[in-house]
Amino acid sequence: MKALQIRRSAARLGIARVASALNPATAAKWGPLEYRTVDEPELPGESWHRVHTRLAGICGSDLSLVEGHASTYFEDWVSFPFVPGHEVVGTLDDGTRVVLEPVLGHEARGFAPPFDGAAPGDGDDYAHLATGHLEPGIQTGFCCSTGGGWAPSFVAHDSQLHRIADDVPDERAVLVEPIAGGIHAALLTWPTIERNLADGERPVVAVLGAGTMGLAAVAGLRRYLPDVHIIVGARYRHQQEYARAFGADAAVAPDELPRAVRRVVGCHVVGDHLSSGAHATIDAVGTSSTVAACMRITRPRGRVVLLGMPADVTLDLTGLWHRETELKGAYTYGTETLPDGTRARTFQLALDTAAAIGAERLLSATYRLTDHVDAVAHAASAGRRGAVKIAFDLREDS
Amino acid sequence: MPRPGFVLDVDRSTPPTLFWRGERFSLERLPADRSRIIYPPEPLAPLENLDGAIRHALLNPHDSDPLPALLFPGMRLTIAFDDVSLSLPKMRRPDSRQRMIEAVLDLAAEAGVDDVHIIAALGLHRRMHEYELRHVLGDRVYDAFHPRGMLYQHDAEDPDNLAVVGTTPHGEVLEINKRAAESDLVVYLNVNQSAMDGGWKSITTGLASYRCLSHHHNPETLQNTRSLVDRHKSDLHKSVWRMGEVLKADGPKIFQIETTLNTDTFPTPFDFLSKREWEWNAKDRATYLATAKALDRTPTRMARKIFHGIEAPYRTTSVQAGDTDAVHEITLQHVFDQQVVEVEGQTDILTMGIPFISPYNPESIMNPILVMCMGLGYLFNMYRNKPLVREGGVVIMTHPTYRDFHPVHHPSYIDFFDEVLADTNDPAVMSSKWEQRYAEDEWYRHLYRTGNAYHGVHPFYAWYWGAHGQQHAGKVIIVGGDPATVRRLGFTPASTMDDAFELATDTVGRSPSITHLHVPAMLVADVK
Repeated sequence: MKALQIRRSAARLGIARVASALNPATAAKWGPLEYRTVDEPELPGESWHRVHTRLAGICGSDLSLVEGHASTYFEDWVSFPFVPGHEVVGTLDDGTRVVLEPVLGHEARGFAPPFDGAAPGDGDDYAHLATGHLEPGIQTGFCCSTGGGWAPSFVAHDSQLHRIADDVPDERAVLVEPIAGGIHAALLTWPTIERNLADGERPVVAVLGAGTMGLAAVAGLRRYLPDVHIIVGARYRHQQEYARAFGADAAVAPDELPRAVRRVVGCHVVGDHLSSGAHATIDAVGTSSTVAACMRITRPRGRVVLLGMPADVTLDLTGLWHRETELKGAYTYGTETLPDGTRARTFQLALDTAAAIGAERLLSATYRLTDHVDAVAHAASAGRRGAVKIAFDLREDS
Repeated sequence: MPRPGFVLDVDRSTPPTLFWRGERFSLERLPADRSRIIYPPEPLAPLENLDGAIRHALLNPHDSDPLPALLFPGMRLTIAFDDVSLSLPKMRRPDSRQRMIEAVLDLAAEAGVDDVHIIAALGLHRRMHEYELRHVLGDRVYDAFHPRGMLYQHDAEDPDNLAVVGTTPHGEVLEINKRAAESDLVVYLNVNQSAMDGGWKSITTGLASYRCLSHHHNPETLQNTRSLVDRHKSDLHKSVWRMGEVLKADGPKIFQIETTLNTDTFPTPFDFLSKREWEWNAKDRATYLATAKALDRTPTRMARKIFHGIEAPYRTTSVQAGDTDAVHEITLQHVFDQQVVEVEGQTDILTMGIPFISPYNPESIMNPILVMCMGLGYLFNMYRNKPLVREGGVVIMTHPTYRDFHPVHHPSYIDFFDEVLADTNDPAVMSSKWEQRYAEDEWYRHLYRTGNAYHGVHPFYAWYWGAHGQQHAGKVIIVGGDPATVRRLGFTPASTMDDAFELATDTVGRSPSITHLHVPAMLVADVK
């Protein structure tokens, strides 16, 4: 079948890294991503299914690979060559429509789950991601054994599949995975803000960045932590409008975020730091400057949740040390504990949230696989071009 | 013999008219046969011997004993003076406040008075920098008093150094600087450039607390202040004068010294700015061209520095001292003698060039809120009897209206622009919804008290200053401003003056009358 595939090529990665600084389309054209004929992956065993892709989103982590910016950290956690694509809605051979939960968890890899009912993302030992009967790969879309969504079909384990109702449009379903990521980040603020709510305060959560993930975090905050005051730093007007529509109390330009937080908190500004600040901050971008900016606006003993994949960053951690700021990673999803103590799978929460916010409005444009250069270029400049989520549409191929 | 103010009817032979555009200016051609230009009077002759006039005023005051008779050993003497918001631009050294204060100190020393405090009456304005204090008071006074803690700046947020003098029948609490309230004598030194200033306003704003100021610095009062330079038709001044009655009854003795300035505003090479365009000679035209071209190529920051570096050749035209009421009446007469221009009837469109400076941005940035304040507050209010523009008419300003703020001087202005103006530009709504939070914000309070920031509430006051103009005008257009910023102010952006006239037709029809206010220098249009 014809699919988009990433192969390990130092030369192409180098070209992509240089070219992406000039033009994302050039990186897509000359980088490690190729549109080529690949073998359909074999079903690895029982409880595995062939999934025929309908829509597959382009995520920031995909772009970092295509543009050659991904951290070397992943070299041992992925297996080349692989077909990217982990935000997927597709159909099984029997026509059942499913949304993919892409983490290749214990069950998919033939290991016992860490606890009964665990989600693929749960657990505190990641050995299974690089061992077992599959090649290494943190998720579908980064593993050569399973393939990924940027192909007409791939394989997925029962534990990864969520059946969806007929009335859920594909355009909404393809947003479920990033929304789950945003909800997970939103709920990671809870341990920090819980005590403030108990004290009768209205905790302040700042979100820096309002691409798909940032907006998903806003939606998650408003839905599952309804009493928090949400302030969003969003570069583009349409992002600010979405943020407000999803429940942000204020949405401002990123360079105005410190002042917007200060206004609500009523603290001082000392040097370039707020004297107090947001109880928790979600960095939905993940660069050196955004992580540093989040640390500056988060109050002492507050939490900064890193939702955007940060890769290599350079930080002065003196402020973190002095303010006892907590840096918390927010990778994907799993099993969540909600404020009322109930536990739920993030993906189930995401399915509910996607319906509640009408997530399909975030899907701005779709492309055929053959137009991948344009698709990647569009995704890489989505904000500037007034878009949010870009996806591949393979419905005529499936 | 200086010529009086003049209203020029524009015809086809009228040369283009100078419009200020912040740190730059342009020449605009106004439509013939329906436009007029109001030029301020030429500078009146100054007092030849200012030091002698000051001494004479102190020894021959109005409705008061001579100053020496009010001074005695062991007394508490407080001298308060107008802050850096006057004069605009700053006058050449020696500033008339230096001359006044040195004369007062000489008499105090002769009388054996040694408990003397000198206070900058800045109200809720920013604290003055050392170089500004030295400019206003002179090095001798600064070096003698500041190191000993006897020269300082009023702090409207220091609860330990504020005192309630009393309450007016309207329930207005007069709360002023405690040192002044408890002094045996307060000598107030005023530099009067506008009929708005001086009189009881000097102490009841310059030495007042936020609580006190809020009685007259609010939307309702300022919408009924018609105008700021006509105190008998100004609710603000009525409130201030009521407080003056409280001060007279229960406060310290006041000895008011007021001076008036002529309109000699710009030194060479900028003196062409004060001339009437049709009287420009070849040198003036060449200077204009050279200056305009150079400024077009100069970064705004540099242009700002150049203009704020101007020291005006103002000269003093009168000095009067004694009882505040008596003194101020004479002051007003001198101000009007210098500034009044008789104007026949109102206009459909009022145009005004917004200059680089307002009372709230000396050595600083004319941010968007100050553009509104300058246009709809100060310039719009330069009238007696009736506004220059008819009710529902159009005000057209020229200014780049960049979204730029001085972070040290105007921290709360930035938030006001981002937060309050994003919500409303209605003075009454912002007053009830937002003002208190800004007024009581601890960070703003800290920056006002210890840095050089305007008080947190000050952008509200700047906005209220334009409340009457905002209410009166049917449309406000800014030519050459950043469109998004102009819209945030609630105004309409236009690229050129012709575009602005075209936009105005929706409000005032196809052949509106146009009046251009040729300022600075200052003038008061007496509209018949």
